Order: sequence, then C-alpha cells, then structure tokens
Amino acid sequence: MHSYETAYDVIVVGAGHAGCEAALAAARMGCSTLMLTINLDAIALMSCNPAIGGLAKGHLVKEIDALGGEMAKNIDATGIQFRVLNTRKGPAVRASRAQADKQLYRLRMKSVLEQQDNLFLKQGEVTGLYLEGNELKGVDTRSGIRFKGRTVVLTTGTFMRGLIHIGLTNYPGGRAGDLPSVGLSDQLRTLGFEVGRLKTGTPARLDGRTIDFTRLEVQHGDSPPAPFSFSTDRITLRQVPCHIAYTNHRSHEIIRSGLDRSPLYSGIIEGVGPRYCPSIEDKVVRFPDKERHQTFIEPEGLETVEVYPSGLSTSLPIDIQIPFYRSIEGLERVEIMRPAYAIEYDYVDPIQLHSSLETKLIRNLYHAGQINGTSGYEEAAGQGLMAGINAALRVRGKEPLVLGRSEAYIGVMIDDLVTLGTKEPYRMFTSRAEYRLLLREDNADLRLREKGHALGLVCEELYRGFQFKQEMILSEQKRIATTRLSMSDQEVAFLEGHQLSDIQKGTSLEQLLRRPEITYADLAIFDDVSRETRPDVLEQVEIQIKYQGYIERQLEQIYRARNLEDARLPEDLDYSCITGLTSEVREKLTKFRPDTLGQASRIPGITPAAISVVSIALRSTAWKTKNGIEQ
Amino acid sequence: MYVDDTIAAIATPVGCGGIGIIRVSGSDASKIAERVFIKKGNGGLESHRFYYGHIVEPVAGLLIDEGMAVLMLAPRSYTREDVLELHCHGGFLLVQQVLDACLRAGARLSEPGEFTRRAFLNGRIDLCQAESIIDLINSRTEMSLSFAQSQREGALSARLGFITASLRNALALIEAFIDFPEEDLDSASLGRIDFLVAQSREALTVLRNSFDHGKVIREGISVLMAGKPNVGKSSLLNALTLEQRAIVSHIPGTTRDVIEEIINIDGLPVRIIDSAGIRHSQDEIEQEGIRRALEQLVLADLVLFMVDGSRPIDSQDCSLLTAISGKRIITVVNKCDLPLLLDEKELPDGVPTVHISSKNGSGLSQLRSAIFKIFVNEQVTSQDHIAITTVRHKDIVVRAIECLDRFSGQMGVGVSGELLAIDLRECLAAIGEITGETTPDAILDIIFSSFCIGK
Repeated sequence: MHSYETAYDVIVVGAGHAGCEAALAAARMGCSTLMLTINLDAIALMSCNPAIGGLAKGHLVKEIDALGGEMAKNIDATGIQFRVLNTRKGPAVRASRAQADKQLYRLRMKSVLEQQDNLFLKQGEVTGLYLEGNELKGVDTRSGIRFKGRTVVLTTGTFMRGLIHIGLTNYPGGRAGDLPSVGLSDQLRTLGFEVGRLKTGTPARLDGRTIDFTRLEVQHGDSPPAPFSFSTDRITLRQVPCHIAYTNHRSHEIIRSGLDRSPLYSGIIEGVGPRYCPSIEDKVVRFPDKERHQTFIEPEGLETVEVYPSGLSTSLPIDIQIPFYRSIEGLERVEIMRPAYAIEYDYVDPIQLHSSLETKLIRNLYHAGQINGTSGYEEAAGQGLMAGINAALRVRGKEPLVLGRSEAYIGVMIDDLVTLGTKEPYRMFTSRAEYRLLLREDNADLRLREKGHALGLVCEELYRGFQFKQEMILSEQKRIATTRLSMSDQEVAFLEGHQLSDIQKGTSLEQLLRRPEITYADLAIFDDVSRETRPDVLEQVEIQIKYQGYIERQLEQIYRARNLEDARLPEDLDYSCITGLTSEVREKLTKFRPDTLGQASRIPGITPAAISVVSIALRSTAWKTKNGIEQ
Repeated sequence: MYVDDTIAAIATPVGCGGIGIIRVSGSDASKIAERVFIKKGNGGLESHRFYYGHIVEPVAGLLIDEGMAVLMLAPRSYTREDVLELHCHGGFLLVQQVLDACLRAGARLSEPGEFTRRAFLNGRIDLCQAESIIDLINSRTEMSLSFAQSQREGALSARLGFITASLRNALALIEAFIDFPEEDLDSASLGRIDFLVAQSREALTVLRNSFDHGKVIREGISVLMAGKPNVGKSSLLNALTLEQRAIVSHIPGTTRDVIEEIINIDGLPVRIIDSAGIRHSQDEIEQEGIRRALEQLVLADLVLFMVDGSRPIDSQDCSLLTAISGKRIITVVNKCDLPLLLDEKELPDGVPTVHISSKNGSGLSQLRSAIFKIFVNEQVTSQDHIAITTVRHKDIVVRAIECLDRFSGQMGVGVSGELLAIDLRECLAAIGEITGETTPDAILDIIFSSFCIGK
C-alpha cells in the first residue's frame, strides 16, 4: 500500500448527495478535505428520479440551505419545473418540489466542488478503513493508495456489495453502469458493526420521441417558479411540463404474467424494500382491486429525449418490461433506453450512531445517507451536511452540532435513525415530526440561519440580509399591534361585507387579522403601509398570528420536554449500576446507548418510570462521583 | 419530565385507613386551596397551620366532605414547592372525589413518583433517600403494571382499543392527504373521518358518564348471595350489616322475598342482595321469590356462591353452580365453626374461596377484602356498560373528549388537516396513557396498508 503524501482533516468517501454536502461543509469550515469517489463523472448523480423536494423533503432542502448547504442552490440553478405542493393546506405542510435537468445538476455540483478551497477530488474505490489498533487513521483504496485522514465520512449509497436485479438475472453493480464497492462492508462487519441489507428500485428510462404526449395529461409548473434557496432571486432555466399517464387492466395482466420470474417474489431478493415506494408488481399484487396506477412522465433534462416514468419501477424481466410500458395509453410505441432494475445493498444499522452521526464503535468515523438506511437525495444531503459539520467540529476540537426534534426535520430524522434504527429504507414524512407546525419551509431560515452563520457556512452578506428580514418582521408585528381602525365608511362597509360588524373602533390590525375571515392582503383596505410589506415578511407575520394558538401549544410541549432533551447521558454510563431498572430496560439502554434522556424515552419499551429512575441517578452527584463521572 | 406545573395525587393507600390525604404540589397550590377548601371562620390559610373546614367541588361549590387542610409554602415542604394537603374521611370513592375536585381546580394528576422526583430535583432529599424511594416507585410501577395487564384483558381496555383503532384510522386518512398530495388517492373521505370521530366520541362519552352517573357510584356494585336453602345467606347478611333484617329460621325456604342491604367496604358501596333460596318448590309465594332471585342473578355484578361446609356438596349445589356459571364468583364456605365435611376439590376452580362462620363472625373481614379486591383490582363492571372507576381514567377520558370536541369544531369550519391532526394526536396520546402510545410508525403502517402509495 502506497501511503499518499498529504494527510487530510476530513476524508469523504462517496460523491452522491450526502458526500457532496459533507465535503463542502468540511472544506467551507476550513478543513483540508479529500473526496473519494468510484467515478468522478457521477458526482451528485440522480440515480433515480430527476427531482428534488416534495412533502417533508422540500423542508429538508430549505433547512440545508439555511445552514449553508448547497442542494437548494444547485436545484435552483438546474431546475426545469418548480411547483409548491399542498397550496390549499396550511403553511406548515406546503412543500416545494422541482424537476431537475439531471446532467446539469451533476455538472454544476461538480463545478462547485472543484472551485471550493481546501477540497480535493480524487477517483478511487475505498476498500477499507485504515486503522491503527482501534484508532481510525485513514482509508485504503483498490488502486493501492492509502490516504491518511483525521476523520472519515462514509457515504456509500447503494454501492456496498451492490447487486442489480433484472428478472432472474443479477450482477454486482453500485448503480446501472457503475462498479460496486467490495470489501468495505465486510470490514465494517468484522469491526463489530451490524450490517443489514436493503433493496430499492428504479423504473426504465424511456425514449420521449416514441411517446404520444398529445394523449397524456399535461402538468405545468408554477408560474413564476419559486426557488428553494433563501438566496436565489429567480429561476433562469427554461421551464417544461410533466405528463400524467395511467396503467390499465392489460398492464396489470402483463405484470401478473411475469410474477414467476420476479426476483422479489421468487425469493432471490433478500433486502427489504421501501413500502412507500413499491415496485409496480408490488402495487398490483397488494392492491388487486385498484383499476389503474398513475405515473408522472418526468423529463430527464432539456437536451435529452430520455424521460422517467415515476411510480413504475420494476425488477421484472425485460420481456415483461417492454409490453408492460407499451400497454400504457400514449406509450404504445415506446422504446426503453435503460431497463428498470432493483438493487440490493448493504447498510449499517443507524442505532450504532451518536446523534452527531459519529459511530459509537469507532471514533472519528461518521456515516451519512443510504449507509444509514435512508432513501432519498434530500435525506442523504441533510445527513451529509451534519456529518461534514461534525467531522469539521471534531477536527477543531469542538462539541458536535445536534439539531433538536423541535428545531428541524434534519433533527427529527437523525433522532429517529439513532434511537429507533430502521429495517426498511427510511423516508421523511411530515407526520414524523411532532412539532410539525413549527418546522415549516417558510421559517427554515429563522430556525437555522444563526447556526449556519456561527459555523461559518453562511457568508456575512447573506447573514446581514437575514438579520434585516428578522428586524422587518419584528417591526411589522409591532406596527400592526399598535395601528388601530378608524372606522371610515369604507372600512365599515368592508367589515359588514365580511360579517364582521362586531368589530369596534380602536381594534388593532393584529386583532383584526386574528379573525379567520381576514387575510393580510385584506389589511390594505385599512392601511396603506401594509401594501408595501415584503412578501416573505408579511408571510411570517400572518402565519404567526393565524397559527398562534397552535404554535403556543407546541411551544408548551417543547418546554415540557426540554429537560429530558437537555439531560445528556454519559457515554460510559453503566446501567447495571443503577438500582431499580428492570432487566429488560437495562438491556435496551445498554444496547442503544442513547445520548440524552429524551432519546432514551423514545426507545420502544422504555417506560416513564425507567426514565425517572435514570434521571434521578443522573442528577445525583454522589452517584456521579462513585462512577468517576465529571461534574 | 420535570415541569413546574401543579400536581395532585392521593397520598394514602387506596381504600385503607380512616382518613385519606390528598396532596397537591406546585405554584398553584394556594389557588387550589382557595377553590376546594372553605375554612371555618375568617381569613385565609396561614402556612404550616392546620385548619378545619369544608372540602367542596370547585365548580358548583357542592360539599364533598368535612376535613382538614394544611398549606405548606415553599421551601418548607416535602417537594420544596408550595404544598397543600387535604385530609378527608377515608374510603375509596370519597378520596377520589376530593382528588377530582383538585384536578378541576387546576391541578394535573401526578405521574407515579413525581412528588419524590420533585423533592429530589429541588434538593430536598439526598441520594440515599431517593434510592429507597426509587424502590417504592418501582414497586408501585409494578403494581400498576400488573393492574394494567389485568385491565388489558378487560373490557375497558378492549373498548378503548376499539376507540384507538377508529381514531388511528381517522388520523391516517388525514395524514395521507397531507404527505401524499401527488398520489392518486381515492377522493378525500371527510365523511369517513367525521364518522370515525363521532363514533369514538360517543363511546368515550358513555365511558365518562359511567363515572359520573355510573351504577357503581349511585348504587354500589351488586353482590348476590346464592346458595341452597339454609346455607346461611340471611345470617351472613345480618352479620355483614350488623342488624337483624331478614327473618332467620332453620326451616328451609324461610326467605321468600329479595332483601337488599347496602354495606360499606372501605368506602366502596356494595349492595348485598339476599335472595330466596333457589330450589324447586310448590309454594306459590316461594316460587315468586325464586323467580325474583333468578332475575337478580342476571343483574348481579358478583355472586357469592354459598355452600354449607358441614355437609358434602350435593346435586342442588351443583345445579346452582351451573346456573351461576359465567358470573364473577366468590365461593363462601359457611359454618366453619362446625367440622369440615365438604370436599374442597369439588368447589369451582379459579375462584377465590373464603371460609366463614356467620355465627361467630370469623372470616368476615377476609370476605370483605375479597369483595373489595375484585372491585378495585379487576374493575368489576356493571352488566350493560363498561364503567370507569378511577379519577385517573376519568381524567384521561375527559381530556380525550375535549380533544375530539375541538377537532369537530375545527373540522366544521374547514380548518386544514395539519391542525386537525394535532387534536387527534393529543386525543390518541391521552388514551394511550391507558392503552399504549400511538407512534408515527403506527399511522404510517395504516397509510401504507390502506393506500397504494408510491412514486
């Protein structure tokens, strides 16, 4: 093994959506950073659908942006259709989604990485960690080069022992067209990690020239398109539509006729697949009464004819795939450019991680993305960002950054992963967040900008803009609380028209806005100044008032939970020394080793009484001294 | 875990002792004292002084009991917070009513061991003390655990489980439309959500009313004494009530009417019913008595199956046992002052057995406690509905109903799903304190099994 001359602060293994954020964060925080990837032409490649965002995922992207990550900016620069979902529901569950030009997306990200100071990109397959004793010193590569590093972030995606399935045919691969990563997961297993197997799939890519789009429903994006990033002014790329098509009875018959050669149903695939992203054969088998299944035909880019039929992933043999796709109305002549396939890969059970994403077994080793059992670009990017940040903080000798469940979806996700583990690919849903009303896309900057700035990931100019916005929100809140109705004839007429005759003279604009019948836009009748308010400022003012009762209830819950969340459990805490725990609880706590009492309380089977016992033991100075734990 | 709100709990063991103490701790303790305690004479409560007065229900001001109150202002108290103690007469129901009054006045029902936790966290007690109290918390928890297990199999839990399932389905519908707006889901079934919630609310209301107006409180639970003639039913009733009411004779078939007596077992009102000895008779009056006895049997919450210990089991005992099968039973072997000639192997299995002598009074206290235990630990419920018997459960059901009322009000004015979900989640969390938590994954499971989701 040839030892490379340079020693790095942070080595990031993998250049997918997790790896890119990890490497950029570490380098931007001043660490000399090496990014290693099997294929330098596949940086930030969208291996599955050419889209970013969606419910809860859009939330993640905005949080990544607020903290100073790259994903939002990258999709803004390369997006070809933008839509806000759930516009008829409340602001907490509105979410952004965009189609990307897949090639532009990866090229722009590669260029950002290449221009980043302190960051070096190299091609190479990592075959193992380089350890001296139990101490992590770097990584070894297939080509015989050893890279030394103080910290390592593993973002292996679907590459570790990746196995591609098309019908009963299968072959090793990290993704169609790429080699798998072999050796690394075996080493992790030898080191004591619990390694499991997951499965995911992707539909065929179709030739758009062979689709009759005139027979499909058109779906346009929003006009004007709203960007993801708080710092993007506007979207510049040409915008294109998606199309909606449906399967039918005949499609389902074809699927059924191929089930005997399905690797899923014949037991060849052992990995667990995601229930929220089932293959078409899975849908047909599990919901036999459903007459048709919807698919969005998504463009893969502006300069390509390739399209992506969402929801139609399959691992059936190619001779089933062809007639299946052709059974869909409008796709009768369709040509497959790349076949659909399923892929199995190794992941490492995330309960073996601290909330910082550092592994409990090996210090200075961080895991992010699909290696932790998640799925989705946004989930990966969120973890990558946190892993990169925490690796850099470690290099600087600082405490890790852990986002709370009440602060960010990123916090909810990581907490779920490290306390509950996962047995199927984990995807973010808004229903996972108990403080959903507080974790909105629109206030991601208010929640996280400060932290991003403190880390050095948000530049001064952006930060000043953010502070200005905060001030404007405060002053507008103050203004409408103190501006009162004069009850001109015009105002009286308006109020009567809205069944608000009970409103008295002297009522403040704020009190008026509290009424469900009134929106901020209506204030223009009473008030000239409100017409000038910046949209992102009035949005915050309005949401604060409209959601106030609910927000207060959620804040109250956070307040109640805070003592548990703040109570840290020492890493070497010996649960067998705590009298009064049942053996089941003791076993679980010893296995999961939660970082805080809050986490402990979320582990299934840990009772409130057990939490009381631990908390009493923890608060006792005498107990601490006995166990040699510092104050 | 530690919150600075005000908590309340019964400090004395349930159903034991002549007095019951309800303890309140937290910043609102004085305010609660003003609402539930009317001191005799002028002026307010001074700290660390014991006062006589009336304990009242805070909303209507109805008298619950006369009693004593002491207010101990922080930091000179067990928890180092403001503490109020109310001393009332002992007994199961009365003490619960006083606790209920404190909750209505603004306290929250404490978690097991919460007073001790506060005492510890506020530095009032040291580790040694805390550790000994941890054992106490644990033993208490274990008790409530076995209690919970016996309940889990019970009717209350089954009913709540049904309600939980309905509400989870309603929540899953709401969540599916929030998280999967792009899916081709079947049209929004607002009507279905409405139905599920209305159904749950109805079931919860029945439960709540079972506490407020339930048979248990109004009439006590009914205990029927059943046995062939002359096993000593009437003399047992007399012994239990200590007054001569039924005609006692040694001629079989003396008791021709149904006689009821309400007795107090540790504060629990129990209606003991003595019936005509069930046997075949030509006597018309006695036949009427037997008819009534069978009617009582149907309505009874508990049957005391009485046999004469001085004789072997005979066919009459056996046919009676067949008649009462399916009821909750305590076997009472009377006449233990005489030599035991009965073969105990012939007595019903899995049923508590008590040996008594209504003549010399031996075994009566064991019988009382056996009845009490069945009521308190096994949640004897009256025949046609499931009843709630503890303030904790009522408190939970009331909170759950409040959530559903908010939910329905909001749904009526077209409030968006993510807000509706909050009330449903709170409702499920409340019920979950009895039946177990509803995790986000439980809801996702329902979504994925009932909708075809997937892009």
